[in-house]
Amino acid sequence: MIAPHLPALIVVVPLVAGLVALFLGRGHLPWLLTLLVTWAVFALSATLLGRVLVAGAPPVEYAMGSWPAPWGIVYRVDAVNAFVLTIVSGIAAVCAVFARLSVAAEIPAERWRFFYSAWLLCLTGLLGITITGDAFNLYVLLEIASLSTYTLVALGVQKDRRALTAAFRYLILGTVGATFLLLGIGHLYMKTGTLNMVDLADRLAGLQSDRVVLTAFALIVTGLGLKVALFPLHMWLPNAYTYAPSVVTAFLAATATKVGAYMTFRFLFTVFGLRVTFDFLSADVFLIGFSCLAILVASVLAIRQNNIKRLLAYSSVAQIGYIMLGLGLHNHASVTGAVVHVFNHAVMKGGLFLALGAVVYRLGGATIGELRGLGRRMPLTAAAIVVGGMGLVGVPATAGFISKWYLVAGCLHGDAWPLAVVILVGSILALLYVWRVVEALYFAVPENPSLPVREAPLALLVPTWVLIGASLYFGLHATFTVATAKAAAVALGVGE
Amino acid sequence: MEWFLQYHYNYLIYVVLMMIGLYGATAKPNLVKKVIALGMFQTAVFLFYISMAVKKGGTAPIYWEALREGQPYTNPLPHVLILTAIVVSVSTTAVALALVIAIKKEFGTVEADELGEFEEL
Amino acid sequence: MDDNVVIRTTARVLMPFMMVFGLYVIFHGEGGPGGGFQGGVILASAFVLYTLVHGIQASTAIVPKRTTDVLAAAGVLLYAGVGVWCLVRGGNFLDYYALMHAPHDPGAAQALGMTLVELGVGMTVAAVMITLFREFAES
Repeated sequence: MIAPHLPALIVVVPLVAGLVALFLGRGHLPWLLTLLVTWAVFALSATLLGRVLVAGAPPVEYAMGSWPAPWGIVYRVDAVNAFVLTIVSGIAAVCAVFARLSVAAEIPAERWRFFYSAWLLCLTGLLGITITGDAFNLYVLLEIASLSTYTLVALGVQKDRRALTAAFRYLILGTVGATFLLLGIGHLYMKTGTLNMVDLADRLAGLQSDRVVLTAFALIVTGLGLKVALFPLHMWLPNAYTYAPSVVTAFLAATATKVGAYMTFRFLFTVFGLRVTFDFLSADVFLIGFSCLAILVASVLAIRQNNIKRLLAYSSVAQIGYIMLGLGLHNHASVTGAVVHVFNHAVMKGGLFLALGAVVYRLGGATIGELRGLGRRMPLTAAAIVVGGMGLVGVPATAGFISKWYLVAGCLHGDAWPLAVVILVGSILALLYVWRVVEALYFAVPENPSLPVREAPLALLVPTWVLIGASLYFGLHATFTVATAKAAAVALGVGE
Repeated sequence: MEWFLQYHYNYLIYVVLMMIGLYGATAKPNLVKKVIALGMFQTAVFLFYISMAVKKGGTAPIYWEALREGQPYTNPLPHVLILTAIVVSVSTTAVALALVIAIKKEFGTVEADELGEFEEL
Repeated sequence: MDDNVVIRTTARVLMPFMMVFGLYVIFHGEGGPGGGFQGGVILASAFVLYTLVHGIQASTAIVPKRTTDVLAAAGVLLYAGVGVWCLVRGGNFLDYYALMHAPHDPGAAQALGMTLVELGVGMTVAAVMITLFREFAES
């Protein structure tokens, strides 16, 4: 019974669980349900990915309510979304293990069920955005994900009251972005009379010089830019990531912007199509321009941060720059690099933020000062931060190296060697900000040596090292990720 | 131009409303005013969706008699879509106001420039 | 406003009509203008009127916070439950035709599905509207 309904179940199961969690009282039951559901969804997504990756297999389609495309809402899964689905649900599953202790330390007990409910609804939204083949459905699920994200960020208020202002700013900018997207979709519907993405792509084929379509393009790209936090539309991100509860930061940093990147891929490559986006509108010019600015400026900003959460948040803005750079170059190698970086960065940043969560669990904060001398006092956590940081720099044998390799190959393939230089400079800047952390960890004396600090508990260490270990594993054996990313690039219309 | 103003003035209004809303949501220092402006911004989009579907002399597509006589009908789909978007907008406003109340309780002010002192950038 | 006899009486007379109209709009949604969103708001407005006249304490005594919370989640669960029930009966998610075997009247299954879903939406919208009003009135 399950097999034909996989696409629907991936969204329906967390949705139902998110509501059931509200009824489970004030103990750890909501967490247990979240844990079970996220792992179940991960299993479902992985099965779906396996089915899509079979050579020559057509995209899996699922008609909601049996209303066929293009009239009804259709879920359509190809190599791209199956990969992103697996990333999102996998990260959610690992973070769910981490959540129990971390949430217990940072959020008062009477709010746990609301936290897990919002968490599951956020997961529903993110998975839904990824899986749906209907433009308006995408907007609705985007708002489900966003509204629950604002709540999750605001729940950090117990730790730092600035979580509220961060959530408010995120809400204003996030809503403006989503509304731009809604307007753009409206313009597309006005011109074509359809909302189904495949159908939209067919009908938009000859309309590239139509003014309504151009307006739609501008609105959608602006809206998506706000949602992915593409420089200079990233202003909401650093505060939201800094003041959110630790596990939320890890989850959001690894998934939310990745889903945004997926949406950008989907709209620019599938809906508008390569010819309209790049040949006719030359969108690559500003995409590449802003990406380079993101890589350079955000990395420089990251260097001068004292709060490590904020440092990594700025680093995220820079990493989004890498993904968008690969997207803008739109050749096979660069798109492969961008897709594989979606995976690699999710794993590395998720692991790094989880490690910081473990530090916050023991020390109550994660500034440079608190990290001083931690290399001896919390050796495993500190080692996780170092390995994750090496991934951000792109040291060989880490996952970050694989993505940068393909991105540089894409630059050279597109005869754009100055961009390869930008990637190189970005890596050097990354080395600088990672070095500041390493220096504090291993070469500095603790601020308060008499304070007893023990290694983080296993329940926090294991999920952290699962992600950090994955970033090492996929740095050494990149066959699976690269093959999937290549299949995704082909599904996006960028063949070899 | 005259033709545009006569038949498409609703699009003009939607753009003006939207820009007022966008300005307010980003530039006004008072958080409640930001929320109100955000509401305006979203309402402008509703106006756009609704007016895009309207047909002159069109009837609702559930009046079978009128339809059989060949009377044109208004496309109901954008209206249904925007009903969903209205619900989203209501939820957003609710979450935003709840945040404003919590901010007022914690910081004692809802002015962005006074709140700015607490933030680091 | 508890002591004003005109307001109290007007509210008392209006409330049942508002509620019945709200329910009518909810259950009429599958075949005409209406539906859960609109009906739910009308239903909630009856309680809002009651709260305005008699105050929050009297209103929470009739519909406690726990009830609205449960109703809000139960409504969405009913919606999703109908969808899952369709799955169990062998159709796609939310494929109402799978709900009922009625070869002579295929519209009946659609009507059943839509009515249940609209009821779920109405419950949630009404409960959320009441909650919102109270939360903001309290603070």
